[in-house]
Amino acid sequence: MGTVEKDPVVVVVELGGGNDYLNTVIPYTDPNYYDNRKALRVEENEVLKLDSELGLNPNMGPMKDLYEAGDLAIIHGVGYENASRSHFRSMDIWHTCEPVSVADDGWIGRAEREIDPKGENPVGIVSVGYGLPRALVADGVPVASVSDLASFGLYTDSQHMEQRDSTLDLFREMYSPAIGSGPVGEVMSYLGQTGRDALKSADILKKAIPQYKSSVEYGSDNLGQSLRTVANIHSADLGARFFYTTHGGFDTHASQMPMHSNLWTQVSRAVADFWNDMEEQGASDNIVMLLFSEFGRRVKENGQGTDHGSGGVAFAVGPRVKGGMYSEYPETRAEALADGDLSPNQDFRGVYSTLLEDWMGLDSGPLVNGRFEKPGFITKG
Amino acid sequence: MSRRNGIDLMAHLMRRAGFGASRCELEQLSATPYETVVDQLLRPEEQPELDKFEFYRYHPQAESSWTYLHVQMDWLHTMRNGSRPLQEKMALFWHHVFATAASKVGTSYALAAQVRLFQRQGMGNYRDLLLDLARDPAMIFWLDNQENHKRAPNENWGRELLELFSLGVGNYTEKDVFEASRSFTGWSFRSNESSWRWGQFGWSFDYRPEDHDIGEKTFLGHTGRFNGEDIIDIIVRQPACAKFIARHLYSFFVADEPPVPRWSIEAPRDPEAVDMLTEKLVQSNYEMKPVLHTLFNSDFFKQAMFQKIRNPVEVVVGTLKLTGDLDGPDLGWKTIPLECTYMGQDLRNPPSVEGWHTGREWINSGALVRRVNFVADYVRDTSHPGIQDIVRRITSDGQAITMGALVDRCLDLMGPIEASAETRASLIRKAGGDAEVSWGTDVQYIDVSRRIGEMLALIAGTREYQFA
Repeated sequence: MGTVEKDPVVVVVELGGGNDYLNTVIPYTDPNYYDNRKALRVEENEVLKLDSELGLNPNMGPMKDLYEAGDLAIIHGVGYENASRSHFRSMDIWHTCEPVSVADDGWIGRAEREIDPKGENPVGIVSVGYGLPRALVADGVPVASVSDLASFGLYTDSQHMEQRDSTLDLFREMYSPAIGSGPVGEVMSYLGQTGRDALKSADILKKAIPQYKSSVEYGSDNLGQSLRTVANIHSADLGARFFYTTHGGFDTHASQMPMHSNLWTQVSRAVADFWNDMEEQGASDNIVMLLFSEFGRRVKENGQGTDHGSGGVAFAVGPRVKGGMYSEYPETRAEALADGDLSPNQDFRGVYSTLLEDWMGLDSGPLVNGRFEKPGFITKG
Repeated sequence: MSRRNGIDLMAHLMRRAGFGASRCELEQLSATPYETVVDQLLRPEEQPELDKFEFYRYHPQAESSWTYLHVQMDWLHTMRNGSRPLQEKMALFWHHVFATAASKVGTSYALAAQVRLFQRQGMGNYRDLLLDLARDPAMIFWLDNQENHKRAPNENWGRELLELFSLGVGNYTEKDVFEASRSFTGWSFRSNESSWRWGQFGWSFDYRPEDHDIGEKTFLGHTGRFNGEDIIDIIVRQPACAKFIARHLYSFFVADEPPVPRWSIEAPRDPEAVDMLTEKLVQSNYEMKPVLHTLFNSDFFKQAMFQKIRNPVEVVVGTLKLTGDLDGPDLGWKTIPLECTYMGQDLRNPPSVEGWHTGREWINSGALVRRVNFVADYVRDTSHPGIQDIVRRITSDGQAITMGALVDRCLDLMGPIEASAETRASLIRKAGGDAEVSWGTDVQYIDVSRRIGEMLALIAGTREYQFA
């Protein structure tokens, strides 16, 4: 090709609250679906059919287009054994890959530590939004946490710009030595690391802004704006290997039909806008997107909503993804359900392993705490 | 340990039991014995309620709770300008524990009503508060209890009541979740007549006996035809409940604990302190005031200065109090709530029912940048009365000061802040060490003011300043 191969990049979109699998990828010929979903059902004629059994929610048109283009992998029945029905615990398990004990660090943090053991790249991981998801945490691994790219930087309103450089030097100096001991000492050193990383990442990320122009108009919702920021940073090619962003509201215990429809309208549009933008930027061939939720929801509806379940669906998106379906749709027969839930048949750590090994070229075992069957959704390109 | 008795200790108390205080206030408070100040904080009803008439003239949408952003504004204004700091701090505490978010509860009247519940009942009895919470329409809608029917129990409220609001994981079974949920069937809400021509309708609790499952339930070893109130009475008799609330109190007021999901596997950092609070809760029958009295007068509290990361609300309201800004109904209130959001605390809109992860988890590169910039921009501005006061105090003594001494004066007047030797040395080196500045002429005075503002902005950026 004559060009230098770019490093592979992953962008993770977390759908918080527990996405209803049954109404996302709909088993539209399955009588059990209609039996369990009297109110919360999509009729066959509305389903966006993928094959003779399964179809997408009608609000997922742009996702259907991606599927037809061969750029969308649907990974069925994703979860883990002895599913926790607590949001926090289950999300924690997805983040840490540690379903039994409680871990401090996360799979992406550990992976980035493999890539950059000395923590020298301040923008190896970029979190877009507020807060710091545990998946990104690992000792010594910097995370650039950005909500608004344009205003990211310390002492930006300093009135004497000639002084700003020396102010930032002082800041670096003050954030360097070990201070205190015990729990406070630990937090001090964490603050020190974070502060130094913030300085470095701001210097790097500000380079992304002037380079970016796009004809894609993203939606005004959080996910659209977050993915726009991801597109901006990724297309500037600054060394970011992992992007992470979240979209909440999937906890549809009540009023599920309008809420779930609205959410997938937003998500589908944001995902499609992102990939159109990636094409426009010429930056689509070294990035893969994963969408997941901490669990699916109960098979049987409960009034106008559904309660927390277990097995769910994950999606991988991008031109380097081998589109199609992976694993199998879990059985919906009453006898096959685990406590009224779909039994997961694809461990989520196998999905991570595909990304880490087949895409990033890392040894996934230590990163996801074990060996799991990998759905082969990556193309060699 | 003498410094624990002076202005340091009073500043510590006011940061924790309130949202900080100006140096003038601290000096006045220090004239009163510490224990007496604690007693005064524990009797908010003796302080006048904040008169918000003028504030609402400026911000009518805050009065009508037009959106949750106006609920934020109204509450932050009360924290800033009210004279019942501990009442507001306890309300914030309960908001952390009983996290209810605008992301789902779009009816901001209901969110505002929940704040009022925490303000009214937050220093009262926990058992009564839990019962009021179970009847609180915002909470009912947040956890779908209006969908919890006799024939189709919805477990959302029942589960979080046990997991996050009272006992913690490991102290109940899935069966207990189900039985608790059955006991709260029929606890719903209805819309009120609106007193406003436009806007949302308020909500009221609505118990629907025909939708309540009157059957027998077995909950935590007790069997009977329980209703919701019985469940709450059984919950508060569990030793795990008092311990759970005690650990929350310790983490919020004393020193940061790990996030709640870790509590079942990680012991408290000071088990004796948590035990002491637990015992007091049981002894007082869950009256909060005696427990808070014990907490604020304890040695473990007094020794816990700067053991907590400030939460964003503390950063923002504390900065307003320090600088004396927004002490009235000002249009500047419009943008203040967003500052908390940028730092990671979208007040009245926590990320999930688990609430915010606190302590070091407030800090990430983006949030740190926001908090440093916010405070630095504020304290650099010498037009603020609180900053003018700091300048006046520094320049009231003599004619000149070395820059090194100026650093120490600024650290003192901004907190007092306990800077490490390393941080202090860096600040002094940057300031110019032995160089002297004087304020004999107007030009010099303006120059000194500017230097003080710049120094305060640098202190705002220190690691030490991030602690409360």
